[in-house]
Amino acid sequence: MNSRPAVLTGLLDTEGIRKDFPILDRLVHDGKKLVYLDNAATSQTPRQVIDALSEYYENYNANVHRGVHVLAEEATAGYEGARDKVAAFINAPSRDEVIFTKNASESLNLVANMLGWADEPYRVDRDTEIVITEMEHHSNIVPWQLLAQRTGAKLKWFGLTDDGRLDLSNIEEVITEKTKVVSFVLVSNILGTVNPVEAIVRRAQQVGALVVVDASQAAPHMPVDVQALQADFVAFTGHKMCGPTGIGVLWGRQELLEDLPPFLGGGEMIETVSMHSSTYAPAPHKFEAGTPPIAQAIGLGVAVDYLTSIGMDKILAHEHAMTEYAIGRLLEVPDLRVIGPTTAEERGAAISFTLGDIHPHDVGQVLDEQGIAVRVGHHCARPVCLRYGIPATTRASFYLYSTPAEVDALVDGLEHVRNFFG
Amino acid sequence: MYQDVILDHYKHPHGRGLRDGDAEVHHVNPTCGDEITLRVKLKGSTIEDVSYEGQGCSISQASASVLNDLLVGKEIADAQRIQGVFLELMQSKGRIEPDDAMEEVLEDAVAFAGVSKYPARVKCALLSWMAWKDATAQALSVEESV
Repeated sequence: MNSRPAVLTGLLDTEGIRKDFPILDRLVHDGKKLVYLDNAATSQTPRQVIDALSEYYENYNANVHRGVHVLAEEATAGYEGARDKVAAFINAPSRDEVIFTKNASESLNLVANMLGWADEPYRVDRDTEIVITEMEHHSNIVPWQLLAQRTGAKLKWFGLTDDGRLDLSNIEEVITEKTKVVSFVLVSNILGTVNPVEAIVRRAQQVGALVVVDASQAAPHMPVDVQALQADFVAFTGHKMCGPTGIGVLWGRQELLEDLPPFLGGGEMIETVSMHSSTYAPAPHKFEAGTPPIAQAIGLGVAVDYLTSIGMDKILAHEHAMTEYAIGRLLEVPDLRVIGPTTAEERGAAISFTLGDIHPHDVGQVLDEQGIAVRVGHHCARPVCLRYGIPATTRASFYLYSTPAEVDALVDGLEHVRNFFG
Repeated sequence: MYQDVILDHYKHPHGRGLRDGDAEVHHVNPTCGDEITLRVKLKGSTIEDVSYEGQGCSISQASASVLNDLLVGKEIADAQRIQGVFLELMQSKGRIEPDDAMEEVLEDAVAFAGVSKYPARVKCALLSWMAWKDATAQALSVEESV
């Protein structure tokens, strides 16, 4: 039954890597080994990051950018050092282009709000259009719907092909001279699809539209080079890439960050304040009002170090091999339908599927009883479920510590689910 | 959690399908996409019919089937009491072990006691019951305004 090839090429030394993740040794439900396949929702945290968080609170907890005492200086150095690490990780031309936010949702909301308040030539108003896609996470749909409602701008989107790819056949009608901004996901969290950035960016640049890339499912899994992407803004989140929750990133091109208005007002983001008016600090501080998530930023910096030490190209190769193996094995399961591309080409390691007419919640629950953690539901991408005529999916998603044996456990678990509800 | 009673109701639902009603509601459980359209038909103070159509997990669909068994033919006040007991059981976080008295009131619905230990699934079990409560309130207000 087990059709695993003798050697899967490109796999990482997962035995060594898993030693860095204490949670992966956890037993659940009376001694069952945890099989964690919900990495697209959040990744697990290596000991290096956990230690960095403890060390911050034990040794140099202080507010940043203010105090003149030693703790404040160390905290500031840690926080700003994390910015340097993230900037290098995404090949940003300048560290000042890296804005720390709460998560990718906040990053995307920040851009949408700035564009509503901006002066020409960036201003989104009733005579302009916003373009997204049907495979976006709700965090890259709702902020644009809100912007469209508030400004009167028209919201348009690319549809999907039957095999889970973007339908760009009508790209010239979707992105037009009226388009002010095109925002799309680099790797879909529900379909796993890796989108053709170049074609979209080329068309957007032709018409002078800004390009926003949601890299939440890309930055953890593959090398992301913001200069190569040629986007104007790139958003991602820390907790999907071995970092803590509560820390996200927005990268934006420097001249845009200089021109665009602030999002939140408060401490840290100002230059001078009088009772009548204020002037603002230069980016990135202009966009970081209030005390930032200091420990979380430092933790993200250490997560970036961790991923870099393993190598993003090696992580990509590992996940590619895992995806190829997982799709092959899943397609052996009777009545299983993969929602999204059925090959590993231009595809990430999040695999959604349906299993006959067994509801995904039931699939997830019975898998959980066997210690297998997957995500069920519409994955905050309900339009995708509507597009494919399904109420929800079960999603297994892999990461650098995932093993072929875990794929086998999933496939065995699904057999059990089928027998249970059969 | 998956008692045979629940699986039986899931595979062979009772009273499924939309029929004539005095009020119709559509409720969803956004976390998993369970949906139900439910109609209530009253005859004086008696529940003449509860008809429904929906899609969702075994828990949500079986619960609607059990509701139909339990509430059709009951006086509204009795049905509301049953609903109250079921709600209490489902919000018990597994702390209520149904006794004979409870089983007398809830019949097959006591099988959902185990579901109350799973916070993510309580909403599935309650979906049809909340829809019924809503539809009944609407049907009563229609009646009053006539």
